[in-house]
Amino acid sequence: MSGEFVINTLSLGSLYALMALGLVFVYGILKLVNFAYGEYIMVAGYGMYVLGIYTPTPWWATMIIAVLLAALTSYLTELVAFRPVRTKSLNAMLVTSFAVSVLLQNAVLLIVSPRARAVPLPAAFNASVTLFGVTTPLRNILTIITAVVLLAGLTLLMKYTVLGIAMRAAADKFTTTRLMGVQANMVISVAFIISGLLAGVVSIFWVGRSSSVDPLIGAAPLLIAFIATVMGGMNSLMGAVVGGFVYGLLFNVLSITLPASMVNYRDAFMFVIVILFLLFRPEGIIRGSYTEERVG
Amino acid sequence: MLTVTELQASYGAITALHGISLEVNEGELVALLGTNGAGKSTTLKSICGVLRPVQGSIEFAGESIMNKKPESILKLGISMVPEGREIFTSLTVAENLRLGAYTCYERSRYQQDLKEMFALFPILEERLSQPGGLLSGGEQQQLAIARALMSHPKLLMLDEPSLGLSPTMVDNIFELIGMLRDRGITILLVEQNAERALKVADRAYVLKTGHIEFSGTPAQLEKELDIASVYFGGSKDKSSEVTL
Ligand SMILES: Nc1ncnc2c1ncn2[C@@H]1O[C@H](COP(=O)(O)OP(=O)(O)O)[C@@H](O)[C@H]1O
Ligand SMILES: [Mg+2]
Repeated sequence: MSGEFVINTLSLGSLYALMALGLVFVYGILKLVNFAYGEYIMVAGYGMYVLGIYTPTPWWATMIIAVLLAALTSYLTELVAFRPVRTKSLNAMLVTSFAVSVLLQNAVLLIVSPRARAVPLPAAFNASVTLFGVTTPLRNILTIITAVVLLAGLTLLMKYTVLGIAMRAAADKFTTTRLMGVQANMVISVAFIISGLLAGVVSIFWVGRSSSVDPLIGAAPLLIAFIATVMGGMNSLMGAVVGGFVYGLLFNVLSITLPASMVNYRDAFMFVIVILFLLFRPEGIIRGSYTEERVG
Repeated sequence: MLTVTELQASYGAITALHGISLEVNEGELVALLGTNGAGKSTTLKSICGVLRPVQGSIEFAGESIMNKKPESILKLGISMVPEGREIFTSLTVAENLRLGAYTCYERSRYQQDLKEMFALFPILEERLSQPGGLLSGGEQQQLAIARALMSHPKLLMLDEPSLGLSPTMVDNIFELIGMLRDRGITILLVEQNAERALKVADRAYVLKTGHIEFSGTPAQLEKELDIASVYFGGSKDKSSEVTL
């Protein structure tokens, strides 16, 4: 196993873990697979494009604003689209999340362009660095550091603050959590905001890989997040993180071991693996202790 | 303190409560009895805001609490120990208790409240850092009651606290309920275990298929009606009844 493989896998796994975590934060509480999640990533990408091309905003401010933009979009979709249908049915919410996704995609199709736009990123982002004898883009190292910092921060939040305890309780038994006096709307809003913040951070590194953004850029991350959470376990935050890293590992292993003619079918192989998971371990690698109670 | 008037509640097409009225005065322990499916839990869920009633009124401390959110109703001073205990299984005992005090947290008072709970339920102190899901049924019930008490409720509602517990644990729970009553906590107690509930209650209501069939003191209930017959429906045909 080469050092390059390790760094690539850690970097890809970190990114996928953040993707999956963002999706599962909302799923844990609402039991909703939010199809609009990819669009939060897209919105942040266009934020970076607009600020980078049309304004003199420094790159670090651009990134912060992009992340906040994704969080704001996530929060607003909760407020405007999900909250009104929350008490109806899970299907109503699923359809709503599809609608939000399509709406946001079409909005940028109309306002910007169906074609990809170049996103200016600081040159250092893609510069090569040599670490432990391995030469790799700085972006990969930054991805790993960012993931470690975010995961540590979120762990502290969820474990040691009363908000975190309430969020975990709400994912376990939502109605009972309300009986403790915890406001339902607050918990759900916070879940969407955290989901959006993660989408924004993911966007920086996802867009950073191609240095461009297009209206469908969120589709792949949504799918990856979904597959990773299915593998890791939909019912725990830890499951999402583990699933993300496992996905990154499998993907890189496939990239190396598959013959050149088949490398482009990696995604199909990933689907086969997911189907195997659904068949033989539907609860994922990490068994969550949460019940499947829905939010009424 | 609590006044429920002509309350109707339904689950879709199924009407579970056909206009029931009941009252709980300050300092009282009122028992709400009835067989499985009579509508006891539906009544409590309507009061604590988990279920939206169709019609009627619910007043607490002179204020209408109909259609208020559960979190707002808790803040007004109604705390619920739900049927099946509803412990947060993935949270530790300490975290369960911390959420109980969610609305009234203040560090020094919280520490004091915890000490008080440990005096009432010594087992909780031993299990403080264990996940709630690892506790036995009786321990979970104690945790559920302690968690509800952490919010300093004016009215404590208990939904079948003795259900599924060992006989000794049932004794403990009823002893505790008596003790809480003696401390002046107003209690609305839902039970299928009529005999035990009537021993601690000041007054009782008997619910049957969504109607109040009897209300009065335990003495009246025992005198006027054969408990088993009213409690288990059809006074003539006792053979088909559920057993205590
Ligand atoms: N979630 C539900 N959906 C549909 N019907 C329900 C639901 N919960 C209770 N019911 C019905 O409402 C009636 C009263 O139930 P409940 O209040 O739980 O009775 P109890 O607590 O006295 O055993 C029963 O006929 C029961 O079948
Ligand atoms: Mg019941």
